[in-house]
Amino acid sequence: MKTEKENTVKEILSTAHSLRWEIGENVHDSLIESIYNDASRIANTVVRKDEKKSQFNLDRTIDKIVTSRWLGFPLMFFLLAIVFWLTVEGANVPSGLLASLLIDTLHPILKNFAETLHTPWWLSGVLLDGAYLAMAWVVSVMLPPMAIFFPLFTLLEDFGYLPRVAFNMDNLFRKAGAHGKQALTMSMGFGCNAAGVIAARIIDSPRERLIAIITNNFSLCNGRWPTQILVATIFIGSAAPAYLAGVISAAAVVGIAVLGIALSLIVSWWLSKTILKGEASAFSLELPPYRPPRILQTLYTSLIDRTIFVLWRAIIFAVPAGIIIWLVGNIYIGNLSLAEHFVQWSNPFGIFLGLNGVILLAYIIAIPANEIVIPTILMLTVMVIGATDVGAGAGVMFELDSPSEVAKVLHAGGWTLLTGINLMLFSLLHNPCSTTIFTIYKETRSWKWTAVATFLPIVMGFAVCFVTAQLWKLFI
Amino acid sequence: MSDITITMNTTTTQCETCPSHNKANLIKLGIDMSEFDFVVALAGNPNTGKSTVFNNLTGLRQHTGNWPGKTVTRAEGGFSYNEKKYKIVDLPGTYSLLSTSTDEEVARNFILFGQPDVTVVVVDSTRLERNLNLVLQILEITERVVICLNLIDEARRNHIIIDERTLSRELGVPVIPASARVGTGVPELLHFIDAVATGKYVCRPHRLSKYTKQLTRAIEKLSKKIAIQFPTLPNTRWVAMRLLEGDQRIMDAMQNGELENLLR
Repeated sequence: MKTEKENTVKEILSTAHSLRWEIGENVHDSLIESIYNDASRIANTVVRKDEKKSQFNLDRTIDKIVTSRWLGFPLMFFLLAIVFWLTVEGANVPSGLLASLLIDTLHPILKNFAETLHTPWWLSGVLLDGAYLAMAWVVSVMLPPMAIFFPLFTLLEDFGYLPRVAFNMDNLFRKAGAHGKQALTMSMGFGCNAAGVIAARIIDSPRERLIAIITNNFSLCNGRWPTQILVATIFIGSAAPAYLAGVISAAAVVGIAVLGIALSLIVSWWLSKTILKGEASAFSLELPPYRPPRILQTLYTSLIDRTIFVLWRAIIFAVPAGIIIWLVGNIYIGNLSLAEHFVQWSNPFGIFLGLNGVILLAYIIAIPANEIVIPTILMLTVMVIGATDVGAGAGVMFELDSPSEVAKVLHAGGWTLLTGINLMLFSLLHNPCSTTIFTIYKETRSWKWTAVATFLPIVMGFAVCFVTAQLWKLFI
Repeated sequence: MSDITITMNTTTTQCETCPSHNKANLIKLGIDMSEFDFVVALAGNPNTGKSTVFNNLTGLRQHTGNWPGKTVTRAEGGFSYNEKKYKIVDLPGTYSLLSTSTDEEVARNFILFGQPDVTVVVVDSTRLERNLNLVLQILEITERVVICLNLIDEARRNHIIIDERTLSRELGVPVIPASARVGTGVPELLHFIDAVATGKYVCRPHRLSKYTKQLTRAIEKLSKKIAIQFPTLPNTRWVAMRLLEGDQRIMDAMQNGELENLLR
């Protein structure tokens, strides 16, 4: 019975095969033609178009400007700069308020409460100085910039600007031997690299898809924007005259983002010339009509989808990270805590790169989520400088209620303008977060490419930071 | 006052069939998809608002964005309407089902192998002709289709008028003008999803015409053979066409019994 069925199936397939020879190679074309004919006939019967005044004309006019050869890119940078400027300017005050509430007010109250309960010092240390403080840092440092940046970015997306960015970039990507659609996956990476890696499925050719996946990490993701914005505010903004501070820090963040785009192009080009050789394939990109953004809905979805999502992820990772930070800061081997051991050991290497040991340790602790880099750095810095007596638990003696207070801590930790610049560069160029690494493996099913995508950026990060540090020493 | 009372009394039956009355029966179930009665697939070109329709029906807040290629994997959600539970699957947007990129395969394989009870094709009203290409291909695979003529407000703003009744007659399936962004047309859409799923509305889908004589004959010959082997397969013509094109996935499905298992 089963063989009989198999035989009939085989017969059907062989009939299909011989018929295919009979009718020649035009089956596909014939089908396509038939579909197009019918579609066009039906559309002509049912669609009536009043050509008098079409709104498409307005769309076309806007498109002519935003995708024009000369204005396209400057306009793109300008729009990005405005978004960052608004973020930088707007985030200061709420950040300070949150920090003074969560860290300066609530933390001592919790500590006192724990004391009245006679909680052992290590328990209140792990929970309050570790987990709670890390979480409080995440909320106060990251929430305000995210609550401003994400809605603005989502508004641009909703309006229909992203495909225009892709359109502008398309030519460059093709010249780099990559697929034009990589411009879209890159834009997706500006939200989340893991999402950008998955989005690379829209690219048909495996070669170009791999390039898109490997280079997606050069798009600054949600978790890294706040780091960029904060560090730019503290180090670059403060190096400029006060009335220019906001503009200069916004420009610095745009600069890093643009550098990321440039590196993504350069690395794509390098890959397509060496290990992933091949020609770029053609595709058509549709520019959707501009749609008036629905302000309220955008605010809602960007708050839920992005702000709360990223914040929640950050908090989830911050709690265990906070515990680890507290432990490495309070477990002693000899005279020094684990953190100090590591920091002292890695500091020469860090300084050599124009960074420091704290930053290196922070990036190891923050592998699960880029979101917690800044809080980790702050807590570690505070601990390393201030961890003098064991029982008190470090991290409570500083009152950090604004970016300028944060700056004081970092300056006390030996940070310079160079450290700030290199941290921004390193935040752009380091291994992807663990979620993204796992996603890359799931999408490529190859440890080799996962390893390339993981280690390539970090090697580049070391190299770029090193060169910057050397130039800095040479000229400044 | 009496007028109103009379009207209300005499139109009770009409009221019940009125889609807006029934919208009250929509219960958004979010990601709860337990024990569903019907499966609804959501297909369409990129950037036609599939995810917006999806959100409208499920109450989920899948991220939407004004750019093609936002959804590359399928998202699933549930809703309940007229005491029936539906699972709805948001497919990646594609221009056709004929090429072999991953996102197109996800969409095609689901429409064919996932055997949805209803396939809602979300169509961009401002670009009807190009969108119809996909609609016609889907109609070749499955009969139970509802067309959601989305972005109808945008079309009106651009002075495009679509005769949806003629379109429905041409395609042989329900056509519902909608603007999912603001929520218009959703009650009607639900009404027809329900009608098609429960068999109250019988679709008579448009069939592609005007193949070359040779091809028509080849399709007929092959689809007859397929019909004998798989008597309950509704889309033998389409399967024949795929075999003639040498579609490996369909050949495999035929050999390993996947195609057959669909029929149970």
